[in-house]
Amino acid sequence: MSTAAEAPSLIGTSGDSLREAFGKALSSLADEFPKVVVLDADIAGGTGAHHFRKSHPGRFLQFGIAEQNMMAAAGGLSAVGLMPVVTTFAVFCLRAVEQARLSIAYCGRNAKIVASHPGLDVGPDGGSAQALEDMAAFRAIPGMTVISPADPIETALATRAILEFDGPVYMRTGRSPSKRLFGDDHTFEIGKGQIIREGTDLTIVACGVEVCRALEAAELLAEENVSARVVNMATIKPVDHTLLQECSEETGAIVTAEDHNIYGGLGGAVAESLAQSCPCPMEFVGVRDTFGASGEPQELAILFGIDAAHIAEASRRVLKRKKSS
Amino acid sequence: MATVALREQPGDGWKPARSLTEQLSEAAKLVRRHAVASIYRAGSGHPGGALSCSDILTVLYGAEMNIWPSATDDPDRDRFVLSKGHAAPALYAVAAYYGFCNARAALNLRKIGSPFQGHPHVADLSFVETSTGSLGQGFSVALGMAMGLKLQRRVSRVYALLGDGELQEGEVWEAAMCAAHHRLDNLCAIVDYNKLQSDDRNDAIMRLEPLAAKWRAFDWAVIEFDGHDLDQILSALRRACATVNRPSVLIAHTVKGKGVPYMENVPHWHGSVRLTREQAAEALAALGATREEITELLDVDCR
Repeated sequence: MSTAAEAPSLIGTSGDSLREAFGKALSSLADEFPKVVVLDADIAGGTGAHHFRKSHPGRFLQFGIAEQNMMAAAGGLSAVGLMPVVTTFAVFCLRAVEQARLSIAYCGRNAKIVASHPGLDVGPDGGSAQALEDMAAFRAIPGMTVISPADPIETALATRAILEFDGPVYMRTGRSPSKRLFGDDHTFEIGKGQIIREGTDLTIVACGVEVCRALEAAELLAEENVSARVVNMATIKPVDHTLLQECSEETGAIVTAEDHNIYGGLGGAVAESLAQSCPCPMEFVGVRDTFGASGEPQELAILFGIDAAHIAEASRRVLKRKKSS
Repeated sequence: MATVALREQPGDGWKPARSLTEQLSEAAKLVRRHAVASIYRAGSGHPGGALSCSDILTVLYGAEMNIWPSATDDPDRDRFVLSKGHAAPALYAVAAYYGFCNARAALNLRKIGSPFQGHPHVADLSFVETSTGSLGQGFSVALGMAMGLKLQRRVSRVYALLGDGELQEGEVWEAAMCAAHHRLDNLCAIVDYNKLQSDDRNDAIMRLEPLAAKWRAFDWAVIEFDGHDLDQILSALRRACATVNRPSVLIAHTVKGKGVPYMENVPHWHGSVRLTREQAAEALAALGATREEITELLDVDCR
């Protein structure tokens, strides 16, 4: 068995970060979507919104370090016919969950919330800055779509998709440089998961930075003659129930992987989806109901058990349960 | 059974040549009756804060804002946001009086299946601009509207009515700083300064004074006046309208429970209360309703 330290790391080694990919895509889409305005809380340099600020300064709205006001004001901007894109760190979106609930979702506003710096991927800033609860919080808001793309290509496609979509969306980007996983022919559709590696023994369902780690885990498992299917579940809500059902029926075991608390995020969504129709043995890879800490993202992934080796280990566990069931 | 108490057209039965102030005064009285009756029928609701802002709302809808029942989706309309959403019965009553909704239906407050929820919801009623009820948020939404209207070069104005206790929410001061920074002179905040909040006097819960100085320090134009003097309300709104480069705040000194003597200045009537029939009838009588009108307001089938 490969140890965590030996596991090949694709995270943080090359490529654009998801936040930069988002910012560039937003800027390039701005002329096509003239109603888009971008809201910032003095953090545009970190969220990717600086690209839009430079290209479309007249549609870039500065709110200062005051996220609650910014989030609710997005509701007002939408009410008068604009399409606000709220940008800040995921942890500060948590600060304004109630504003997103009442003034955006309850009002049915066509506003987009794009959160950079989610999860342990934040790295050195430490536990206070690492939002591990955001997908759970936003997923619980009625009518809120929740998305977490996996690479720069998908982030750019998802940026277009959320602007084309009519309704409130919460989308995670990411801080760290990201490995490019998909080609130029990649497609993205809200609510659709994708099988990105075929397999027959079990399915690893992942989102965000964990998709890359899930592929690494599948490689590790292949060395043991375990055939792991990998699903990129970029939409956490509404989760792709049809695909999950297929995976449950065809592979008979599922591991979920997310840079988020094990409660309420992707794992919860997948379990809720399958429990009522076609349950199978499941294991959850995520941060185990604790807070993060300072460190490099890959070091933290190992420490908190969300790296490829831990996904592979969870896969072995779920296979044992599958065989004994 | 169309009576004065529930009439939907402001023109019905009006004598000619009455002054605007007299018309508004009559309207505000009927608005108060409607609000009290709906709260009695609901079995819960916040009468104190609804009565303290009835005059302000009546002037806004009756004389100030550029909005019409036939064009509630006109992009150039003025916007009103009831940031103190718990005063919904007063908003519904004013809307009913000026023809934005059915007056009888609006008595069906806080009931299953009714669009007249305990706090206003934008999806339920065409004249509600945003859903409120969580204090502070409506003000930020109004700011977003004002910002967006300016971006689109529209001349519409945005009015937000805030409670005094609401000013204890930090979000209010985030919005205040932001509106001044962006020079949103199309935004007008109105503080229903009745000095009481849910549990006690503002002073005892969390002191607001010096309130005007706070707003001035945030670079707002501040206008203080008697929030039950219709002429003063009108003139304050006109002054706000003429203010350029800065947002305006109207600090309206009001009386909680205004118009119903046993409620005036008594904190108990802020909270969500269950009015007895006797209390409701006494309140309506104090507001000049005849016995017949009282019976209709309390008993007419409004479902």
